[in-house]
Amino acid sequence: MPETTETHQEEQEGHAGTGENGNGRPETQDYTLRIRRYNPDSGDTAYWETFEVDDMSPSASVLDAILRARNEQDGSIAIRCSCQAAICGSCGVRVNGQSVLACNTHLGKAARSPKTDGTIVVEPMGNMPVIKDLIVDMDAVHWKKVRRVIPWLVPEGDPPEREYVVDAEAMIDVTQAMACIHCGACVSACLSMEVDPEFIGPAALAKAYRFVGDPRDSMASERLNDLAEDEHGIYDCTHCFACIEVCPKDVAPMNQIMRLRRAATGDHGIKDSNNGYGHEKAFVDIIERWGTLHEAQLLPRSFGEGSLIKSQIYPSSLKQLIDSAPTALRGVFSGKVSPKKALIHPKLPDQKEIRRIYEEIESKDERLELNLYITGEGDPDTEDEASSGDSGGPDAVERNDSAQDAASGGNDE
Amino acid sequence: MPQHDVLVIGAGLAGQRAALAAADQGASVGIISKIHPVRSHSNAAQGGINAALNPEDSWESHAFDTIKGSDYLGDQDAIEIMCREAPQAILDLEHLGVTFHRNEEGKLGTRAFGGASAARTYYVADITGQAILHVLYEQLMKYEDVHRYEEWFTTALVTDEEGRIAGAATRNLRDGSMELFAAKTVILATGGNGQLYNPTTNALVCTGDGIAMAYRIGCPLMDMEMVQYHPTTLAGNGLLITEGARGEGAHLYNGQGERFMEKYAPNKMELASRDVVSRAEQTEINEGRGFPDGTVALDITVVPRKRIHESLREIVNVGRDFAGVDITQEPIHIKPGNHYVMGGIKTDVDGQTQVPGLYAAGECACVSVHGGNRLGANSLLDTLIFGKRSGEHAARASKGIATPRPSGEHLEREETMIHDILGRERSGRRIQTIKAELGKTMNDYAAVYREDEGLRHAHEVLVRLREEAKTTATDDKGVVFNQDVLTAIELGFMIDNAEAIVTGALERKESRGAQFRTDFPERNDEEWLKHITVTANGEGPEVAYSEVTLTKWEPEVRSY
Repeated sequence: MPETTETHQEEQEGHAGTGENGNGRPETQDYTLRIRRYNPDSGDTAYWETFEVDDMSPSASVLDAILRARNEQDGSIAIRCSCQAAICGSCGVRVNGQSVLACNTHLGKAARSPKTDGTIVVEPMGNMPVIKDLIVDMDAVHWKKVRRVIPWLVPEGDPPEREYVVDAEAMIDVTQAMACIHCGACVSACLSMEVDPEFIGPAALAKAYRFVGDPRDSMASERLNDLAEDEHGIYDCTHCFACIEVCPKDVAPMNQIMRLRRAATGDHGIKDSNNGYGHEKAFVDIIERWGTLHEAQLLPRSFGEGSLIKSQIYPSSLKQLIDSAPTALRGVFSGKVSPKKALIHPKLPDQKEIRRIYEEIESKDERLELNLYITGEGDPDTEDEASSGDSGGPDAVERNDSAQDAASGGNDE
Repeated sequence: MPQHDVLVIGAGLAGQRAALAAADQGASVGIISKIHPVRSHSNAAQGGINAALNPEDSWESHAFDTIKGSDYLGDQDAIEIMCREAPQAILDLEHLGVTFHRNEEGKLGTRAFGGASAARTYYVADITGQAILHVLYEQLMKYEDVHRYEEWFTTALVTDEEGRIAGAATRNLRDGSMELFAAKTVILATGGNGQLYNPTTNALVCTGDGIAMAYRIGCPLMDMEMVQYHPTTLAGNGLLITEGARGEGAHLYNGQGERFMEKYAPNKMELASRDVVSRAEQTEINEGRGFPDGTVALDITVVPRKRIHESLREIVNVGRDFAGVDITQEPIHIKPGNHYVMGGIKTDVDGQTQVPGLYAAGECACVSVHGGNRLGANSLLDTLIFGKRSGEHAARASKGIATPRPSGEHLEREETMIHDILGRERSGRRIQTIKAELGKTMNDYAAVYREDEGLRHAHEVLVRLREEAKTTATDDKGVVFNQDVLTAIELGFMIDNAEAIVTGALERKESRGAQFRTDFPERNDEEWLKHITVTANGEGPEVAYSEVTLTKWEPEVRSY
């Protein structure tokens, strides 16, 4: 299951990092931290150590508490930290199993987590090797992946005398990816990376979108081709939303990955060897025909626009189909799939309505993206624009809405 | 021994800009930073960057605003260079990929900022510093020849027998190994020293390392008493609320609901210079017209929601996460808080210090373009202009110089220093307790209002803390990421910085810019229109003066 973020959505319970809240409501309490310790100097394996910190405001941060423990009890506790304001991105850790910035995770909330008995459990981020205590090797994982995506703008030819004239919204759009502070929370929480450590991952792919979406960049097509063809690239994401939920800066990395996919398929027609294109197209075609997902059709269609019934399986996809056979058979033997249900799939009664949606979308000259980062959510000034999203493509509307819902669940309510 | 033509210490905006500029000149460049470059405190510059880029604006107007803002202590030749080069600096950043806000025509758009006579602040929402820092780091990744030493801590600068810079002694935090760097030129870009105040808007890393290291090898520090208090910081923890909020139209109210800036700056109101607004707030608070928690209120609810969403997004988060206040719904309590040091290592307009081969740029330097008070959105500009100029000059200068061979004794001295710290037995107070007293002392006696007796008291405390800092022990005795020993060294750096600040503040017997002496409440151009330099002479700080460069703007009465 994706982690759920509890840190930012707090009801207003008081505040300010170090003990009093902004508009003056003091309140304090004692807290217990259980910190994962590891020091390669000692030759010992990792262990847990408990620290008591007293008289702290529930709205002080977990970082404040860690620093209290370090400053007053044990100066050897290692954690990167600097700004204490969720800007520098240094203090990514896991609190009660969730990837967060320690500096914007409130103590009171962390202590009330259902995952703990009141003790606040702090450990280093996942998917990256631990160097010491709460410090992980970001260079070996995160930064290496960032360097993988050609992380700089490549404009065409010499720059103009003045600024590049570009659409205002395009700049706001890529500013969402620029808002990334490279804290590593999404990398830590990424389920795909757990399975495939080579996956380029949410942060680096969001960085890639920052260039693909930038009208000043001249390499969008090459970048997309590269990321679509890489078997650890954009199609390696399993769409689990974990990165969106943990991101402290509303970057919504998975949304950026989905936008890379839509740009790859919709704008550049890239038919990749990972069958990402085929898989997405299969979804769209199946829904158009049946109204709901016909799972038995998904695989053969994904691997080359084929169909089981009509024997249209592409020779190039045979190997992948054979590789998938054991999974399909397991489904049959375990009773999850019956051959009858798999082969005969009922259509939705009102298939006309679905056709109408498809026609409406396909009649547009241009593929539209709805980005709630630009339009705002639930904002009276912009609600009209937001609801006019039905002019966007199916992917654009559905995915952005659902993704943003998940994101806002973590942030704005 | 790693060798470079140009060794940059510090990798915020000034450092990265210097490194890129030096590399463009063909120099071999190394850049050292005690934290990963994107963690640098340049990130925290929210509001924007000034430039007279609009055809209706002029560099002269920008220069005049800056000079007036500086309370005429800024050097006008340096300010002229900065304001003339500003438009191209913005365009260069735009071409490199900074996602500056656009107007409806798709061209660069601006916002208003304090102390400025035109809306000339270019911005990326309220993450301008972060956006620029990350774009420069993108370039640094692209420039494969620039050698990055990330998470290396410099403990001392190294000079040769003639007093010329020869390199630096460093500690690799990852494994605790010590390394001596040989460098023909060294550029300090280590940022400010806000951590010696508590509270402060500055990050934990802002401990004045470069300023102290330069001071220790005999570099004069200039105008160190000029410490800026930002008008809008959160009461509890000192977190910054951008001036952009007032730029977008937010109001200030005292506890009685009065928009008190009417009394202090009837024309510019909330957008007067920072020193003026901070003093006004502190006066209201001191005279009992604040809120019971010692604050006044910033009302952002008057800014249209759409504008807040577009351009003050980060401040909404800060209000929510760190103050529990929805700034779109209710005013937020704020007060003046330590923010920036206008003073620093004395340099010329190419970043050269008085130690041959040593340069400084950004907040650690004092060119001086900010004089007694820095205008909002001029600090990013300072880092880029003088970072670039330092990098270019250092690269050119290094061409005619042989690579120095610094003596191994320097490294041994630093190794011994660290060895001694690690060998101390616990006795007396902890490092952080000493640091806390330092922060409180400075905030009590060297803040918005100062006077002779308080400053003398602060000085006595500093003398005591300096001795105490020499004996405080660490808990961590290891080599891998020993942050404890780092903090002990930083404490020494901070005390050096504090000494220079208090010395300057005691010396300047007038009120100008950020320095307000209640015992000398007037500006006194006749006696004090001059820079104060503080140099370490072995026994303590030695004070001297230097002329302020005036070109075409004569000092006038300053009102907003």
